[in-house]
Amino acid sequence: MSIEQEQEQLMIEIKGLSKSFGNFQALKGIDLSIKKGTVFGFVGPNGAGKSTTMSILATLMIPTSGYAKVDGLDVTEHPHLVRKKIGYMPDFFGVYDQLKTDEYLHFYGASYGLTKPERDALIPQLLELVNLSDKREAYVDSLSRGMKQRLCLARSLVHDPELLILDEPASGLDPRARIEMREILKELKSMGKTIIISSHILPELAEMVDEIGVIEHGEMIAVGNISNIQQQLMAKRLITIKLANGQDQLKVFLGDHSLVQGMFVDGASVQVQFSGNDEEQANLLRSIIEAGYPVVSFHEAQTDLEDIFLAITRGGASEQ
Amino acid sequence: MSNILANMKQLFINPVLDKEYRLRMRSAKSMWTLLSYLLAIGLFATATFFIVGIESNGAGIYTNDFNEILFIVMSFAQLGLIAFMAPGLTAGVISGEREKQTLNLLLTTQQSSSSIIISKLVSSLSFMFLIVFSTLPIYGIVFLYGGVSPSQLLAVFGFFLFNMLIFGGFGILFSTLFKRTMLAVIVTYGIVLFMFAGTGVIFLICFTAIQEYIYNGSNNTPAYVEWIIHILAFNPACALLSIFEPEIFKEIVNRTTTTQKGFYDYIPMWLEYMLIYTVILVICLWQAIRKLRPTRGSSKRGL
Repeated sequence: MSIEQEQEQLMIEIKGLSKSFGNFQALKGIDLSIKKGTVFGFVGPNGAGKSTTMSILATLMIPTSGYAKVDGLDVTEHPHLVRKKIGYMPDFFGVYDQLKTDEYLHFYGASYGLTKPERDALIPQLLELVNLSDKREAYVDSLSRGMKQRLCLARSLVHDPELLILDEPASGLDPRARIEMREILKELKSMGKTIIISSHILPELAEMVDEIGVIEHGEMIAVGNISNIQQQLMAKRLITIKLANGQDQLKVFLGDHSLVQGMFVDGASVQVQFSGNDEEQANLLRSIIEAGYPVVSFHEAQTDLEDIFLAITRGGASEQ
Repeated sequence: MSNILANMKQLFINPVLDKEYRLRMRSAKSMWTLLSYLLAIGLFATATFFIVGIESNGAGIYTNDFNEILFIVMSFAQLGLIAFMAPGLTAGVISGEREKQTLNLLLTTQQSSSSIIISKLVSSLSFMFLIVFSTLPIYGIVFLYGGVSPSQLLAVFGFFLFNMLIFGGFGILFSTLFKRTMLAVIVTYGIVLFMFAGTGVIFLICFTAIQEYIYNGSNNTPAYVEWIIHILAFNPACALLSIFEPEIFKEIVNRTTTTQKGFYDYIPMWLEYMLIYTVILVICLWQAIRKLRPTRGSSKRGL
């Protein structure tokens, strides 16, 4: 595939993006590429630079250096065109209390240049998508937090954007409202929208994203799909070996193994920190069986997005 | 026909303006503001009516002069109330959205910065105009006894409208520049106060200094001190006075100039005032439009 074709497939292209607020450097030259149709999870602790990156993409901030492009359009050079392509939902937002749900969406629809007949046709569909059809005549002020979040999501969809920038869309929601939000996002994913989403609720993010980007102190630490990042960041695996007997002997047996970094006996099991790859892990199992140990089970402990996040934010895999 | 009407509506009432009208007219605060204003101006008119009436003639016969005085006093009171109200109505229109966290959502729409700023200003001015317009029946008292022409009334209301625009222009600029509404309101009131009191004080200082210079033994009397009077052309109260009594300023100028005809023989002071503040208003709105959204030059500003 040629470079031009590759670039055509990119929805977001960020190169050397930096942003400073006085002496504080919020972003330190991050690079990022997201293909069209991808659901991209933005992970990082508070103050890492997620919201700043999203604000730049939403044309609300100007980068100090570097550039960000949305569908090939530079966000600082063509902000008006970029705004047509994006739907933005900030982490904190307010609503116009004196407007009804229906009027709220009409206002934003008109602000995106939609005519009255277009809005009349679209708004009932949007309200249905976010399960607010029965609240059409309700004042926005009277809606619960979860409903307001969903209404804001509907607002960001009113002009049918190609890219959705969702900054903590599920923050502050109760479990039920979070599930509802997740279902809506899954539906949007199935509609082929490119979504960039940041969230602290990592298991939920892991369920719906195609790729994640881990950012800390304004630097992009890792980008890719979850399993790749897992391999990249979690160099040591934790293997649980359950034996019928002889746990202490196995500990002595594995003591000389060059790829075993540490171990401890946990009841009938021995927990082994192993730094080898899949093949070396298979060789380890073979050697244990050939040595005559009564192995009941041998499995690698599953690491999820939360483990990755914790590993990264406390200084990498060395502490595992 | 309906299409033409719809297009006309779209041209004049953009989404921001439509939203602002709805929000403003649904707020109970607006109705209370209107009521308070009418009560204040009504009480003032009644009090003036009696006080000036008693002063001018005890017999209760109201002359043309009395009506003119009443009209002038009421107009100054109205100008004062506008100066008091306009900053409060406009200095929070952008910073208020920022504080309510609705501004970022608005800025990511297709609405241009100029459309947002102008719509906000027009909406605030419309409400102020409604308030001032609703005081017309009180002005009816003046017409009961004659002495004031409808054209004079129109001129004064036109002047009020212009001042609303000016005070509103300052309000919207500071509302855009400052993140906090409170700060924007204070600075706008400060500027309005300066327009009324500051320019007067500066004029008095300059006038006294020149009087001292002339009368304290110097033979080198400055031949041309007409410029001092132009300080008052920055003062809304003086500009309003020049609508009622244009001769006052002509006389002052003619006393301080060596030429046959003074500046105000050619241009009345209220027109000079309007020209000056039109330029200032354009600068204020241009700056507000420029600063609403971040640009390359303002990259350090953040949001």
